[in-house]
Amino acid sequence: MTPNPGNPTSPPVHEGLEIRNLSCSREDRTLFSGLNFHLTSGHAIQIEGPNGSGKTTLLRMLCGLRLPDEGGIYWNGGDINEERAAFLSNLNYIGHAHGVKGELTPLENLRVSQAMAARNNSLSLDDALEKVGLFGFEDVPSRTLSAGQRRRVALARLLINPVPLWILDEPFTAIDIQGQKQIESMITEHVLGGGMAVLTSHHPLDLSEDHLSSVTLAT
Amino acid sequence: MTNSSLSTAFITILKRDLTLALRTRSEIANPLIFFIIIVSLFPLAVSPESGLLRTVAPGVIWVAALLSTMLSLDSIFRSDFEDGSLEQMLLSPHPMTILVLGKVIAHWLVSGLPLIFLAPLLGVLLFLPFEAMPALLATLALGTPVLSLVGAIGVALTVGLRRGGVLLSLLVLPLYIPVLIFASNAIATAAADLSIKGQLYFLAAMFALALTLAPLATAAALRISLR
Repeated sequence: MTPNPGNPTSPPVHEGLEIRNLSCSREDRTLFSGLNFHLTSGHAIQIEGPNGSGKTTLLRMLCGLRLPDEGGIYWNGGDINEERAAFLSNLNYIGHAHGVKGELTPLENLRVSQAMAARNNSLSLDDALEKVGLFGFEDVPSRTLSAGQRRRVALARLLINPVPLWILDEPFTAIDIQGQKQIESMITEHVLGGGMAVLTSHHPLDLSEDHLSSVTLAT
Repeated sequence: MTNSSLSTAFITILKRDLTLALRTRSEIANPLIFFIIIVSLFPLAVSPESGLLRTVAPGVIWVAALLSTMLSLDSIFRSDFEDGSLEQMLLSPHPMTILVLGKVIAHWLVSGLPLIFLAPLLGVLLFLPFEAMPALLATLALGTPVLSLVGAIGVALTVGLRRGGVLLSLLVLPLYIPVLIFASNAIATAAADLSIKGQLYFLAAMFALALTLAPLATAAALRISLR
């Protein structure tokens, strides 16, 4: 899989996530334009670019939280902003603000995420928390946890909701070196198991070129 | 996706918001204390004379209820907007309308329902005749849910703005006026021992309309606010 220019006029029929001629401007400044890529099963895309180049904006567009100024985003051939329910039941997004409530415990936070999700796998919430290294912190208010631990609570959502597409905005922020390894292996396991991931990160991923490509946004 | 998973999502959101409200008690207590203070200032400021207080009681209680609801409205979506929970809800495959309804019901349970319990005491303080008490309770029971439902639209529209407070009052207060008119009129009419069926039907109609349409408008407004 490479950033694939494709033929912008033909209807998108591909499996996976396809981005066509995407443009975005903010306050008269063009962040990116004419962006094309196609993400298929078993691949990851790393979005690179300096601060302020529109990485977060691009990810929010890919989730449908922001409308593209031009171009389209397609999931299995359908426009994500038209066939929202079908798209959203395949998506896990963890943004900068990751939605972990300080007043709730990690377990309660996950229980809410589980109810919000379309499908749930057999992994119990306790196991998911243990897997992200929060064993013993299930029942303390999340507000007393460190920033890195709160981000781990958010990342545990990826484990309880088995969906193909992960969109992660700086997943390694505030996480210690050992935790970064754990998260990295979660992502590689997901991709090699046939999943897809789009992430922004300055952290190199341990995936071969067959599975990983990068898209660079210039200012 | 099945109906049962949708109702689980609805109940989970409702429970979550109630738990959050109970863990940050000051947010519940402030509007209620405000409500009691406004009403109890009237006998001191206007006149302790029973005839006069009896006349103004319906209006005073309802204006106080309206202002204290305004005070608590912002909390429906503010913290969820700031910490990203709202994004997660919008990205849930469940319809946002249902999730919004869960949040608004939770808001009413912690801010509207206590008003109904407090109002009779404040009615006694203002010499409201005993015949008007059922009307006071009925109008609050029908009217305060409308305040929460309609208020949620306003909050959803202004949640993305840094200082949306004044704008929120300007947006929402005009929509509250019909409730205020019919409710306080119903209580005054009941105090004069006349039938208040007409006013109650109007309030019930507004409630039905708000319950069906406000969550749709709120969900749409949130989608715009997050863009």
